[in-house]
Amino acid sequence: MTESSNRTTPVRRVSSPPAAESTARHNITVDINGETIEAEVESRLLLTDFLRDRVYLTGTHIGCEQGSCGACTVLLDGLPVRSCLMLAPQVDGRSVRTVEGLAAPDGALSPMQQAFCDHHGLQCGFCTPGFLMTLTSLAERETPVTLNELDHHLDSSFCRCTGYMNIRAAARHALGLAHVEGKPAQGDGT
Amino acid sequence: MTDHREHSGEPEGFVGRSMPRVEDDRLVRGAGRFVADLHVADALEVAFLRSTYAHARIVRLDTSAARAMPGVVAVYEPSDVVDRIKPLVNAEEMRVPPGIAELGPINKVQPAPILAGDEVSYVGQPVIMVIAESRYLAEDAIELIDIDYEELPAVVDLQEAAAPGAPLVLCGEEDNIGVHVRHGKGDAAKAIADAPVVVHETFSTQRYVCAPIETRGLLAQKDPFSGGLTVWSTTQTPHRVRDHIAESIGLRVDDVRVQSVDVGGGFGQKGILIVEELLIPFAAHDLVRPVRWIADRYENLTADAHAREQIHHITVAADNEGHLVAVHDRILVNLGARNMVGLVVPYNALCHLLGPYHVDNVDIETTGVLTNTTFTSPYRGAGRPEATFAMERAIDTVAAALGMEPAEVRRRNLIGPEQMPYRTGMLDRRGLPQEYDSGDYPEMLERAVAMIDLPAVREKQSLPGVDGRLIGVGFAMYLEMTGLGPFEGARVDVTPSGRVRLYTGAPSQGQGHRTVFAQILADALGVDITDVDVVAGDTATIPYGVGTIASRALVTAGNATRQAGELLRQRILDAAADAMESSAADLELTGGMISVVGSPTKSMSLAELIRAVPKLIGGDGSDGLSETSYFQPPNYATASGVHAVVVAVDPETGRVEIVDYVVVHEAGRIVNPMIADAQVVGGVGQGIGGILCEHMVYDGNGQPVTSTFADYAMPLASMVPDIRLDEIVCPSPTNPMGVKGLGEGGAVGPPAAVANAVEDALRRAGHADVTIRTGPLTPSRVLDLVAPQS
Repeated sequence: MTESSNRTTPVRRVSSPPAAESTARHNITVDINGETIEAEVESRLLLTDFLRDRVYLTGTHIGCEQGSCGACTVLLDGLPVRSCLMLAPQVDGRSVRTVEGLAAPDGALSPMQQAFCDHHGLQCGFCTPGFLMTLTSLAERETPVTLNELDHHLDSSFCRCTGYMNIRAAARHALGLAHVEGKPAQGDGT
Repeated sequence: MTDHREHSGEPEGFVGRSMPRVEDDRLVRGAGRFVADLHVADALEVAFLRSTYAHARIVRLDTSAARAMPGVVAVYEPSDVVDRIKPLVNAEEMRVPPGIAELGPINKVQPAPILAGDEVSYVGQPVIMVIAESRYLAEDAIELIDIDYEELPAVVDLQEAAAPGAPLVLCGEEDNIGVHVRHGKGDAAKAIADAPVVVHETFSTQRYVCAPIETRGLLAQKDPFSGGLTVWSTTQTPHRVRDHIAESIGLRVDDVRVQSVDVGGGFGQKGILIVEELLIPFAAHDLVRPVRWIADRYENLTADAHAREQIHHITVAADNEGHLVAVHDRILVNLGARNMVGLVVPYNALCHLLGPYHVDNVDIETTGVLTNTTFTSPYRGAGRPEATFAMERAIDTVAAALGMEPAEVRRRNLIGPEQMPYRTGMLDRRGLPQEYDSGDYPEMLERAVAMIDLPAVREKQSLPGVDGRLIGVGFAMYLEMTGLGPFEGARVDVTPSGRVRLYTGAPSQGQGHRTVFAQILADALGVDITDVDVVAGDTATIPYGVGTIASRALVTAGNATRQAGELLRQRILDAAADAMESSAADLELTGGMISVVGSPTKSMSLAELIRAVPKLIGGDGSDGLSETSYFQPPNYATASGVHAVVVAVDPETGRVEIVDYVVVHEAGRIVNPMIADAQVVGGVGQGIGGILCEHMVYDGNGQPVTSTFADYAMPLASMVPDIRLDEIVCPSPTNPMGVKGLGEGGAVGPPAAVANAVEDALRRAGHADVTIRTGPLTPSRVLDLVAPQS
């Protein structure tokens, strides 16, 4: 979660559905990266499309709209969700954090973002926001993360460019697991 | 763990260093700008009605309800565009070079209708284009269209389609053969008849989809001032797309600007044109409104290019010592419903089949066959992984027949470094004598054998396992003729702010061109890398270009960048000589400062120079600080690699785990080792996915079965272990930088290496009759392999 600012943040109102849209409309108020957003949204509007096309936060990418690839992962009340499998009306009154909300207010990259740069953890960068959000949820929680848990979470997103090796390296460094010995390959016989 | 390179000291300049990527900062902030991220006011969205039949006639079409729906701006039926957009031919890929023409090939030009006319020939073929205020509304309108089909006989299976009397994939064609060429040397039939060891097998590669995580898309807008078209695109080949748009909708090439923005992976799928890339610009031009289409994943998996499906009926003959004496191969390539890219993949498979081996007698016939499935394109390796799978599996089969160590059979047949440059006696893709420029295949193999510790693996296999899993080891060797011509260009300018900007036609889909080309230019000029900006793939900034395909960008655009940089450096020094009242020979440019050699206090910055240049009196009329240069490679730069892998196969579950994976590769001089290593590893990840899980499946009626990411199994992090790398360097004599391409190579080896390893594991565990003939090696297929024969 981003720390709440002492200043009163102004409420921003974003654009409405196209006039021809036939599904019911809902008024929602949602905290996005610490900013209060008010919007009128149609029933069927995907959270992904709401973030990208109404709030103009295009860092959340669409890879499949089927909940498989993980590119659209955002944090909802601190936990990773596939924004392509949620509807915008469902986030009324809740808090959404996207990749644009990871860097510090002064622009400094988060440790996970920095680790991806340091370890060449991205090539085309299209899947990267999804990985960053999933891994940030691990990095920011209080209980320590195990290698097994990390491996499990890495399997939640597709990357087509890197072969995952440098993503794994970046995540291990950012999570303080760089020097933890990996479990031996199952029953490797050694 | 990556094994560290043996560095011969730190490089003096930027080239050779693992510079951090310029690209990363904005991408990790979510500030990248992919096509779908560009917001243009009042942009319209597109949805397509696509064929639901593999082969049918359209007998009735009624779009009136869709046209009347609120929010719909336009509906284009086939008859609306047939006279307004020329059918699509990927002309560059369809070209047959003169030398190949002498082989008497078949290469049928089969233009793709922009929207299906009376006949649809695969599921997913675009029939109607709906344009609306949102994608949601456009898809609603698709539901309102009435369309009736009359089903025609369809043929989906590659072998069936090639057989005489098969149903015709396209009405009006004589047969289902799109491409055919036969080429060889020596007398393969006689050598096979005389040889003591002959293996005959069928090795196939299944159908894949490139499936970059960003699907294909484009946004087109008519310029309100000039009336020209601007197109932002995911393409790998922006200049080709520009030329095709102009030609097909009747605009001047100068009036179309194509820009590739941030692109989320291409791998070949975005390297050929599809009809949507003509339809969207046409609609923007026709409606005078911005129009955007972003393929959804269903479209990407079912209606964008597929790849890889090949069958090799291969015969390899050897003497009793394991020396190969003949290779005979009959290759079938599934082209899909049309011949879209001609000889590219079939001939690549043909001319890369022999790989690093010396073989005197060769007879290879490759046939591209139409089926009622989605058209196909090159995919990372483009015929090489498929050919390598056949050849490297065949070599293991020869080794088994002789009772020899497979690595030893390989070693005995390798072309030696002393034979370089080596002429194979065959024709390359340009139809010219095929010549490997440099390489050291025996050294690579020796290193790979040592790294994987082959004796230790063999010893382990002889001991009882701890958990019942079966250990196997496999090798694969390949080479890749990289740096495809004919040219790529670079324009370099000193900008008004004193920075340096490079423009080139070869855009990045994740390969890090903004970093690598900046390293090259910074060295060529004598400026700091932070003073260089790279603009790649904007046709308005450089008139000619080819693009980023075929492991060519570094060789062609890299060398063009260096050439242009050296020319600009001289131009800068000449201009500075006037401004500083000195002689160019006495000046040097380092770190962005021009100074008099020996008196560094007398200096000026590039920013000062560019401000001074137009104001100098007595210039020669060419004082602008800009140079453009094109590099035309005289030959391919042939990269190569060895993959060695240890697998553990669980005979109870059929699961294959990769325990160790080693790559030794050779790709000439390396500009950025960090990026180069990652290109290799990324390719290996794709190759592992291909052999372990990926398979684009059709049912017998031509319906795509694996049409979502829930069905089309992509490789996950847990399937790809950390890859151990080593590299040797044999600078290419074909270009001044001595570089070779390596974007594709990593993907070439894994299918063969892993299949060899799994077969080794199974055979040594007593399943002596197991032969792995195709992928993917999913748990259920592995269980089938070890099931008792009924």
